[in-house]
Amino acid sequence: MNKLSIFTKGFFKENAVFTLLLGMCPTLGVTSSAINGLGMGLATTFVLIMSNIVVSLVKDSIPDKVRIPAFIVIIASFVTVVELLMQAYLPALFESLGLFIPLIVVNCIVLGRAEAFASKNNVFSSFLDGAGMGLGFAMALTMLGAIREFLGSGKMFDLVIFPEQYGMLVFVLAPGAFIALGYLIAVINKLKKA
Amino acid sequence: MAKTESTLVNMVLTLLIITVVAGASLGMVYKVTKEPIAMAKLAKQQKAIEEVVPGFDNNPTDEMYQLTSKEGYALQVFPCKKGDELLGVAIATKTDKGFSGEIKIMVGLKPDGTIINYSVLEHKETPGLGSKMNDWFRGDNPKQSLINRDPSNTKMIVSKDGGDIDAITAATISSRAFLDAIMIAYTAYKENADAQSAKSTIQKGAKS
Repeated sequence: MNKLSIFTKGFFKENAVFTLLLGMCPTLGVTSSAINGLGMGLATTFVLIMSNIVVSLVKDSIPDKVRIPAFIVIIASFVTVVELLMQAYLPALFESLGLFIPLIVVNCIVLGRAEAFASKNNVFSSFLDGAGMGLGFAMALTMLGAIREFLGSGKMFDLVIFPEQYGMLVFVLAPGAFIALGYLIAVINKLKKA
Repeated sequence: MAKTESTLVNMVLTLLIITVVAGASLGMVYKVTKEPIAMAKLAKQQKAIEEVVPGFDNNPTDEMYQLTSKEGYALQVFPCKKGDELLGVAIATKTDKGFSGEIKIMVGLKPDGTIINYSVLEHKETPGLGSKMNDWFRGDNPKQSLINRDPSNTKMIVSKDGGDIDAITAATISSRAFLDAIMIAYTAYKENADAQSAKSTIQKGAKS
């Protein structure tokens, strides 16, 4: 596999949300607006890149039997770093993402990439893999957030497109997340076959 | 480099090293971000106080005192003064009667208890329904607005329950909780003020 395809596979071919259906909890939970989706996606990207780099650096010195707890400690540390930084410098975003930031720890994409990719590949490939997977995840969350925000409240990235009272409230609530995600996956599958 | 064997010593050592390094680096990040986090929280609180009791020139955070409500909540009271005159108090109040979880509100009261303004600090109510409370109770409709209302001569419950305030359409529970939080602040403040004035009358009486 060449370096470019390691990076690009996360966007389409192995997109975490649309193809692997991983990380559904933050996907459905935080995407009530495009900016929330983007924020969550970028936070996850940071954790993915950093944990992939560190895991691939230390992979040889970690005994096999304790590799999962070791990975989790590494991931959890970076998540806490993100949480503290966000709380300090982006308090508004932190408030709307709230509970979901600590939950990045248990996002299966992060542990999945550490286990499946970073523990077997060198640092540079792991970095590319983390960046590709993370940005693909961020892209998916932003798309979903933008669609839900547009249909639900008539806005996109807080820009008013049509008055809020004509919005379909259900798209801002949880059921709308499932509906929007379902249609989005259907469209992506169709495109993939074409 | 060869893969480390999974012997007990190796496993314990690896985990120990990883956790120590992780702990140390987190401690460092915590130290660096501690100040900005506190600043951000303070700025938010300050903004809310300015919104609910405008025009003060003291530092309400320095003069903050606490009141305990009947429900056992510790309410923070921020006295807002211009010169020596007390413009009003901003009270950080909360309730757990919301549709989903706690609602935290900053409410501004004039010294006599009239509501100046309010600002919702934190809530988890349904978006598009209960979340409208940030605007609803300031609306033009006199049956909706809480601004300049004196709770002592208003029935501060929703009209469905026989009160004077119209609830948010399709969000009666959130509206009840909202009014509950306001009343918790009002009652605690009023009781404290009454107790204070009773005390000072007694003191005056003793002097004369």
